[in-house]
Amino acid sequence: MTDLAQDAQLPDENGHFGVYGGRFVSETLMSALDELRDLYARMKNDPAFQAEFDRDLAHYVGRPSPLYFAERWTKEVGGAQIFLKREDLNHTGAHKVNNTIGQALLAKHMGKPRVIAETGAGQHGVATATVAARLGLECKVFMGAEDVQRQALNVYRMKLLGAEVMPVEAGTRTLKDAMNEAMRDWVTNVDSTFYIIGTAAGPHPYPMMVRDFNSVIGREARRQSLEQTGKLPDALVACVGGGSNAIGLFHPFLEDDSVAMYGVEAGGLGLETGQHAAPLSAGKPGVLHGNRTYLMEDENGQIIGTHSVSAGLDYPGVGPEHSYLKDTGRASYVSITDDEALAAFRKLTRIEGIMPALESSHALAYAEKLAKTMSPEQTIVVNLSGRGDKDIHTIAGIDGITV
Amino acid sequence: MSRIKSYFENLNKAGKKALIPYITAGDSYLESTVPLMHSLVDAGSDIIELGVPFSDPMADGPAIQLACERALEHGTSLTDVLACVAKFRETNTTTPVVLMGYLNPVEIMGYPAFAEKAASSGVDGVLLVDLPPEEAADVKPLFESHSIDTIFLLAPTTSENRTKLICEHGSGYVYYVSVKGVTGSSALDADEVAKKVAAIQDQTDLPVGVGFGIKDGATASSVAKVADGVIVGSVLVNAIAESASQNLSVEDTCQKVSAIIREMRAAMDQE
Ligand SMILES: Cc1ncc(COP(=O)(O)O)c(C=O)c1O
Repeated sequence: MTDLAQDAQLPDENGHFGVYGGRFVSETLMSALDELRDLYARMKNDPAFQAEFDRDLAHYVGRPSPLYFAERWTKEVGGAQIFLKREDLNHTGAHKVNNTIGQALLAKHMGKPRVIAETGAGQHGVATATVAARLGLECKVFMGAEDVQRQALNVYRMKLLGAEVMPVEAGTRTLKDAMNEAMRDWVTNVDSTFYIIGTAAGPHPYPMMVRDFNSVIGREARRQSLEQTGKLPDALVACVGGGSNAIGLFHPFLEDDSVAMYGVEAGGLGLETGQHAAPLSAGKPGVLHGNRTYLMEDENGQIIGTHSVSAGLDYPGVGPEHSYLKDTGRASYVSITDDEALAAFRKLTRIEGIMPALESSHALAYAEKLAKTMSPEQTIVVNLSGRGDKDIHTIAGIDGITV
Repeated sequence: MSRIKSYFENLNKAGKKALIPYITAGDSYLESTVPLMHSLVDAGSDIIELGVPFSDPMADGPAIQLACERALEHGTSLTDVLACVAKFRETNTTTPVVLMGYLNPVEIMGYPAFAEKAASSGVDGVLLVDLPPEEAADVKPLFESHSIDTIFLLAPTTSENRTKLICEHGSGYVYYVSVKGVTGSSALDADEVAKKVAAIQDQTDLPVGVGFGIKDGATASSVAKVADGVIVGSVLVNAIAESASQNLSVEDTCQKVSAIIREMRAAMDQE
């Protein structure tokens, strides 16, 4: 294993996490990325900016989010004690808002009147539309046409918030195509527009920046674990789409080598079927959307279609830092199928009265398996990255009910 | 000396500017690519930019996105594209060919394998849209050792410092993207382009090609007045798409594309 203290300082000045990350974009965007990198480098160490960010997280988002001991579920599972980091209780209903608050503040500092975003489940789109409304910024959200259907509720929420939602018909009509289209818009309107990327992927400095804004999750969870249990957790579990909620939870624990980390990818219909969204479990390294990372691709380097019951995990890439943590072995990456996630959704709803997002349900399903292999003195923190209201349509559809 | 360099020198001596068409390989059929390349040359093209289709062409507008989709529908791979160049070279050993596309297909083939195959197929230059010079440190010397030019983009947003850096790293020519936007964007501002190209030429001896927004004889000749090369893509790709939708034969498609090139050539040479 590499030096953990050193790894916690990554990326390097060019945005590399080992061989991953970097800035693989067309020339038109390079100056904008330089500008953003320089601004963020200043703001990261600017007490006034950090205070403004913290204030918004406290009073607008409602942080800190609780660390909740899921006692009944723990008993039912039998094994390690399971704690839930309640990002579902954030304003707008997911961890995504931690990042949009941060990036919108940067947009404000840059004086950009317009923000754009890509979205899969619609949670990042809603979070972006929300902060845009609050700051009076023009907002356009790109969303794969298939996701527009799957997440109709969030589409309408964005519209109510004043955002324009642009369905993307190209390619596989999901998150990756939305990201392509957002990049095209950014190239065209680079002077007026700030691109709020919704996950810890994309060109440098995005993976670092999105991680930093979401690291509030891990910092709180670390402190809360010490307060509530008198020790650090033995394991962390989080779902991985692009990887922002997972890296946000993991990063503040990177140097605590007693803490195991599990990133849970979308296993879809099963890895063996090819119908999944698990690049770390079943893909190989390549370059897409501005960074080098594990991807789902064919033998000719074409990106292949993904499948997951949860729109927020339906992405063929993953943030570059996860690729690095996989290779160094600091974190483990596993997968959970659609059916397992759906079962976990129903279970948590019935046993704890908490309805999780389908994305988060992947983490819950894996935590259940993991807890069974551990002892009752041990603890697991699961990132409950979002709430399930947006998925009620999908669940009802599976149950054969129209709501 | 590279084929691109000597070609530009000869053009320069003849007082002519380079006409550089782009087509996507495998669009609409793999069999039409080599005949199209020959027709482009016969109609007066100087250098051919041959697009390597990619599933996620982030810097391209709808025309080239659809071209990629048509080419990928029947599985056109980087290996197929290199085979097209090798076939073209059986009868044409003078026209420089530049592969243009995105990094990932090359990354997956592996850089040493790609450089070797590209060189042996007769490729003269490579332009990878999502590979800025900062990320090309390992790739460039490898291409160089196979006498392949690495062509980089310059954009309206490129600072003076970056212009210098890019010109230092590039070879063959530099490609100035005339508008902020994706391929197929409209409206190119000729005065603005003239200013930018002059600023680039202050920094480098490399020829400067200008692309994006060139759609007819008039725009081609206005760019030819100020730059060393005129790069044209989406209009040709649209003509190929139209031919496919009308089920035209390969010969008829070639004629359609040639007509566009001939008009541009005539307009550029009229001085
Ligand atoms: C609730 C929730 N969790 C997780 C994700 C996956 O994103 P990431 O891996 O960046 O956390 C999403 C994405 O939309 C989401 O809405």
